[in-house]
Amino acid sequence: MDNVTLARATMGTSLGFHIVFAVLGVGMPLLMSAAEGLSLWRHDEAWMVLARRWSKAFGILFAVGAVSGTVLSFELGLLWPRFMAFSGGIFGLPFSAEGFAFFLEAIFLGLYLYGWNRLTPIQHWLTSIPIAISGAASSVFVVMANAWMNTPAGFRLGPDGKLAQVDPLAAALNPSTATEDPHMLVSAYVVTGFVVAAVYAAGLLRGRNDIFHRRGLAAGMVMAAVAIVLAGITGDSSARFIYEAQPAKFAAMEGIYQTQRGAPIHLGGIPSDSQHRVLYAIEIPKALSFLATFNPNAEVRGLDTFPAADRPNPVLVHLSFDGMVGLGLFIGFVAAMFWFLALRRRFVPTGRLLLLGLVAAGPASVIAMEAGWFVTEFGRQPWIVYGVMRTSEAATSAPALGPTFAIFIAIYAGLAITTGRLLLMLAARTRGAAL
Amino acid sequence: MSTAEVIAGILWLALTAYAVLAGADFGGGVWDLFASGPRANEQRGAVAEAMGPVWEANHVWLIFMITGLFTVALALYIPFTIAMVGIVLRGASFAFRAHGADAVGPTSPWGVIFGVASVVTPFFLGTAAAAVASGSIHAPGGRLASGYLDGWTTPLAIVIGLFALSICAYLAATYLMVENEDRPDLLADFRRRAIAAALVSGALALLAVAISFFDGSRLLESLTGRGLPLFVLALLNGPLALWAVWRSRPRIARVAVVGQVVLVAWAWAIGQWPYLVPPDLTISATAAPEATLTGMLAVVTIGGLLLLPSLWLLFRVFKARNPQARA
Repeated sequence: MDNVTLARATMGTSLGFHIVFAVLGVGMPLLMSAAEGLSLWRHDEAWMVLARRWSKAFGILFAVGAVSGTVLSFELGLLWPRFMAFSGGIFGLPFSAEGFAFFLEAIFLGLYLYGWNRLTPIQHWLTSIPIAISGAASSVFVVMANAWMNTPAGFRLGPDGKLAQVDPLAAALNPSTATEDPHMLVSAYVVTGFVVAAVYAAGLLRGRNDIFHRRGLAAGMVMAAVAIVLAGITGDSSARFIYEAQPAKFAAMEGIYQTQRGAPIHLGGIPSDSQHRVLYAIEIPKALSFLATFNPNAEVRGLDTFPAADRPNPVLVHLSFDGMVGLGLFIGFVAAMFWFLALRRRFVPTGRLLLLGLVAAGPASVIAMEAGWFVTEFGRQPWIVYGVMRTSEAATSAPALGPTFAIFIAIYAGLAITTGRLLLMLAARTRGAAL
Repeated sequence: MSTAEVIAGILWLALTAYAVLAGADFGGGVWDLFASGPRANEQRGAVAEAMGPVWEANHVWLIFMITGLFTVALALYIPFTIAMVGIVLRGASFAFRAHGADAVGPTSPWGVIFGVASVVTPFFLGTAAAAVASGSIHAPGGRLASGYLDGWTTPLAIVIGLFALSICAYLAATYLMVENEDRPDLLADFRRRAIAAALVSGALALLAVAISFFDGSRLLESLTGRGLPLFVLALLNGPLALWAVWRSRPRIARVAVVGQVVLVAWAWAIGQWPYLVPPDLTISATAAPEATLTGMLAVVTIGGLLLLPSLWLLFRVFKARNPQARA
């Protein structure tokens, strides 16, 4: 395998691994803070128990998220030195800001996890707030950098192709930031909500019908339901923005080969480069043009209008996009069912079919999120900085990328297995003990 | 001083803080690995109590140095990757041990990984530092001309790598002496270890200087040039630190060893000023555009204003002991 492919594989694996822990790092502090706050406000011990249990699990998850994040920062420089040489000076600020946000989150998490007996109840709850804010801030800052890669702004190249002028604030607040940032932030709460709910739904399926399981499920589903609606809204605005700003990505997402007015939505199907159309899809005529512009006859630029070397892979991008939307609709449906039943019966619904759906929705939300990242990353190819620098020009020429990739696969596998075992052990212990 | 130099100074301060704090952590891992005698378990317990996991977050500064210096990242891909693997494994195994003590005890795979990673990372970071300090990375006009094995595989680099490892162990040993002042048996254990680490690191430092004298690399030039005052101070401080350890004055010893690390780091930095990566890359040439540097200063200032009081709060609540060990 050549260096570019290996660099992409290593970085992609690292990102795909890290993001799972990172989104929990954004969402769980909000759950913990809410639970503890509710407990103090309502003088309700059960919420406090939940907060404590979540914090124990969170300690492990945060640590794994932290080390995998460290790897990513190293990999930015080690795997993509040419990219960083060009871009570092332009979009370095959000990364630095993220560093501070992460450090703050770590400090307050230390106070939260281990300060139960050293701080008053109110003081302890107050430390949960910076954790939640820093977590969200980290997401916002980091995604600004990715957004810049999609719509690079805030710099001018001189006639010699070198950087002539830089406006770091304009780079951070580039055109994609307004849509990419909210969508990713909201997705973090989607995943957290559905994953937490899935854990408790699984327990309920096993007959562990106690106040902790019902409340844990309910709390997860509050976050999940609010977030999935927002995810749909922010996703829609993101897609509409991509239609304008990254037409190649949009064409790949939807499998549009020929420029056309009144473009259809292709539900599912497999784009075929040889036949220049999407096979086996369900077509909804004019729907794409309408969704993108509110004009059913608007023109959508096709993949064929881009030079072959500039086209993203429509199979990957279209399947990822439809996967994300499809799974998103599924989990949205599960959330709707849950709340419909809950509000009608005024109690946490625990019917078997619903619980099975909730258990499935946990991993489904994770896959949807990963699929979303596939869309934006594969959809941006062959560019690493859209329209400015190609991925193939950005990778390192250093040796030993093959062994590096292999080592990291092994490390992530080990981390995932150990994390899983520890969390299961923690769950078993809490079942046995009072706390 | 230009903005670039101010930023470089701040980054170097952060790196020094990293060396002192995370270095002690790595050193702790060394003593964990080499815990021995009748009190081996208590030694490990003492190490766990004294370490500060929050300092893992300090890696972000190391990252800025690497991402900002792409030529260094390119040239030193191998040692940095190995160090990165060590950092990951250390961080993870530390968390696993703290949270899952039954499943991952001191003799379990993660315990061994923790110890090995604590040894590997400082060593390879030391070799990388040696490559930079000895002027082995050639990048005329910003394009890397030297090879991927240059500078960090030489005898000098190996000695400096071992020196980095030994000074981490030395740092940790003095910290552990302070933390265990009320336990004479553990205090004596760590005193012995501190003395050993002091002698080893001192010998390695002198060996490095001697090798540098004979192979004519930049290191000696830097230390005897602009870095001379700090280098002399380091030479004087070394015996002082050892005396404090010998006489069981742990608090003085800790300050002295921390001071030693600071002196060595700044002797190096000032010694090779204005170069960031001698012989070709100066601070001003490798710096980001002015607008970014100004923005960076703003971010660092705001971040610092939030961070420093929070760190103070953490220290206040836990009195500088590792909160995880008491969980």
